[in-house]
Amino acid sequence: MRTPRTGGLMLLALIVAAIPWFLPNNFYFEMAILVGINAIVAVGLNLLIGYAGQISLGHAGFFGLGGYCSGILVATYGWPPALALLLGAVGVAVLAFVIARPILRLKGHYLAMATLGLGIIISIVVSTEDWLTGGPDGMYVPPFTLFGWELYGEAVWYWVIGGLLLLAVWLALNIIDSPVGRALRALHGSEVAAQVAGVDTTRAKVRVFVVSAVFAAVMGSLHAHYAGFVTPTSSGFFHSIELVTMVVLGGMASTFGAVVGAAILTVLPQLLTGFEDYEMMVFGLILMLTMIFLPQGLVPTLARVFKRRDQGAGAIPGVDEVDP
Amino acid sequence: MSLLRVEQLNKSFGGIHAVQDLSFEVDPGTIHSVIGPNGAGKTTLFNLVTGVYTPSSGNIFMDDQPIAGRPAHVLARLGMSRTFQNLQICMNMTALENVMVGRHLHLDRRFLPAMLRLPGIVRGDRDCRDKAAELMHFVGTGRYLDSDAASMPYGALKRLEIARALAAEPRLLLLDEPAAGLNANETAEVDVLIQKVAETGVTVVLVEHDMKLVMNISDHILVLDYGKKLAEGTAEAVRHNPDVIAAYLGAA
Amino acid sequence: MAEFLQYLFSGITVGATYALVGLGFAMIYNASHVINFAQGEFLMIGGMMTVSMLGAGVPMPLAIVAAIVLATVVGLALEKFAVEPARNAEVVTVIIITIGASIFLRGLAQVVWGKEYHALPPFSGDTPISIGGATILPQSLWVLGVTVVVVAALAWFFNRTLLGKAILATSHNRDAAQLVGINTGLVLLISFGLSAALGAIAGIMIAPITLTSYDVGIMLGLKGFVAAVLGGLGSGVGAIVGGLILGITEAMAAGYISSEYKDAVPFVLILLILFFLPNGLFGVRATERV
Repeated sequence: MRTPRTGGLMLLALIVAAIPWFLPNNFYFEMAILVGINAIVAVGLNLLIGYAGQISLGHAGFFGLGGYCSGILVATYGWPPALALLLGAVGVAVLAFVIARPILRLKGHYLAMATLGLGIIISIVVSTEDWLTGGPDGMYVPPFTLFGWELYGEAVWYWVIGGLLLLAVWLALNIIDSPVGRALRALHGSEVAAQVAGVDTTRAKVRVFVVSAVFAAVMGSLHAHYAGFVTPTSSGFFHSIELVTMVVLGGMASTFGAVVGAAILTVLPQLLTGFEDYEMMVFGLILMLTMIFLPQGLVPTLARVFKRRDQGAGAIPGVDEVDP
Repeated sequence: MSLLRVEQLNKSFGGIHAVQDLSFEVDPGTIHSVIGPNGAGKTTLFNLVTGVYTPSSGNIFMDDQPIAGRPAHVLARLGMSRTFQNLQICMNMTALENVMVGRHLHLDRRFLPAMLRLPGIVRGDRDCRDKAAELMHFVGTGRYLDSDAASMPYGALKRLEIARALAAEPRLLLLDEPAAGLNANETAEVDVLIQKVAETGVTVVLVEHDMKLVMNISDHILVLDYGKKLAEGTAEAVRHNPDVIAAYLGAA
Repeated sequence: MAEFLQYLFSGITVGATYALVGLGFAMIYNASHVINFAQGEFLMIGGMMTVSMLGAGVPMPLAIVAAIVLATVVGLALEKFAVEPARNAEVVTVIIITIGASIFLRGLAQVVWGKEYHALPPFSGDTPISIGGATILPQSLWVLGVTVVVVAALAWFFNRTLLGKAILATSHNRDAAQLVGINTGLVLLISFGLSAALGAIAGIMIAPITLTSYDVGIMLGLKGFVAAVLGGLGSGVGAIVGGLILGITEAMAAGYISSEYKDAVPFVLILLILFFLPNGLFGVRATERV
């Protein structure tokens, strides 16, 4: 059945399939792969921030844990990469589950602080225990192999990540358009209303927190294998902020917005290298200006503009579920 | 057997005794009103019964089962539903979705089937959508079927909240000032709606200030003042009770 | 014993800095419910500007004043151009804006002052003073002394002056304050300016001890945020107490447990505190009226 969401998914699939024809060399493929990896994390994080309305300023911690788990188990102990990735995902799921309950009791800025603290603790631990993790310089991670077949080369990675992106978006869209998803959005809109409707809000928040943490951990593992190394910065404060910015910039409560946000934020620093010393300034300025003038994020704001054009005045249906 | 029974209920906030030693019963299939001057403890009572607040002491029973202090979502499972004095509508969703949330307990709430979009989920959602649309018509907000909650007028939102509460198919429905902020026409419409709801067999307990509405539809009235029971009985009895008159108009 | 005192001294010194930063966070939060992630940059601006001016031959007292003034202006500009336009946005959005501002300021500082570390000469020499077997730097005494003076001045300001009371009133209930004629927009502006000045003072005081560079703002800002949350967001007293507790705990942990994990201490502390006291030490437990 053709609906806005399947339309959006097909468009994304088309883009993923078509892009390789436009990429002149390996460097651009590398960019595309990084965009894909960040996008998947952002899609997961968006479920937490945009839909459930919770803040996490420490999600890079989970990303880093996934990467280090893979790095340590595969490089140091010779585990098969797929198993290490699985263990990383499960480990992070357990950690997220255990800390979610006490942390998600907090609200607003207290929650922001707690998640921030968690992320920073993870990055400090990872940087300090150098006998295990290689310390501040990080550690080397062997390539990803599955039953003897090695994932090697930009082209192969591109299709793997592209496929995973489509899968992640599909999973996220499914959650949103389901009782669980509606419960999450209701929780964001009015927690007490959701509760009297029978939503176990604590359980719902914990679950979406865990799901988004697992998205991050899995991508952290894959990123480590792709890049060939993992460093503490992958779990650091800045990376956490980058991830949140991708979600907010692209548009909270918009899965495709998260993808767009990831694309922009991954590519932007590259575009700004022309500014050399002014790069940081310009980046900060762009961040501020976009959030000030487009507080809803890019995709929802664009969607509003287009919908207003073909509908005239009146209610804009499903404004928070924005599929192009 | 009473559907809802409150025994020696107390709630204090610091030095303020919002509800003191309150006991009453609600019989199934009736419309039961709680009235009283502002600050009498009516909304606090509601919040205690619906699990938003925990009592300082005392018991609340539903079907003779103790429910005091149980969280709101558990009470919803027992068949309790409510609306709020200060509208609690999810402005980030469409009107229909708000009502669909009300049906939460009747749907498959598991993460994995939802993620994989199993046919059961899809079917369930389609039925849910239909039911929600039906309810929106039932409460008189049919013209807002395709609207965002955020674009609806106040009066319509009040009725939307009732639709959401009804979506749960409750046995006990608590309405906190359903006519607050409505003009005479809209209040009359709410009057009719509440009677329609009661006719379907739902027990209704409402807090209200609009005396005309209360006297017109209530089978039983409970009057509160300063958190204590001042009087209770039929509309006729309460209307002529000297204590009640004194509380509202001041002693002569 | 001497060891304990040593840790205590360094803990109180850095704690006083955290207290000032936390106070800045608390003031802005009170006025606007915004967490200003750029708070740390005011410290950086204070320190670096003073270094610059000194380098240009300006006498120390004048350089300090100029630096504080500059930081205040930056604070005012931040409120006017970045925070005010986003008045009605969601919490997360405003957080991103202040983070963008902090990145911008850091980038600007990097362009103007480069990436190197700079030293600010201590105000009254660097001969350590011996107390009970432990040593304390004269600069530390400056930090403590100035902090006490600043806190006292702020207490007087908020409790004795009309403007101060107006700011307090706005923090308790903005609508009510507007209704009695308080210009809440001005209050917001002043809060940012004051916070910036506080940050600059803290940054200048601590610079002779810890050196300064374009990116010192990040960690100091984050730890100041921890101090404010520890004490209970919005509580001035809480921020001060939080800052001191944080500084002392950090120094003790670094000394007795592990110096490598020094930077992790504030965050472990805040997680523990928030676990037991979801609103911080002095935070108000608000009951949501439904």
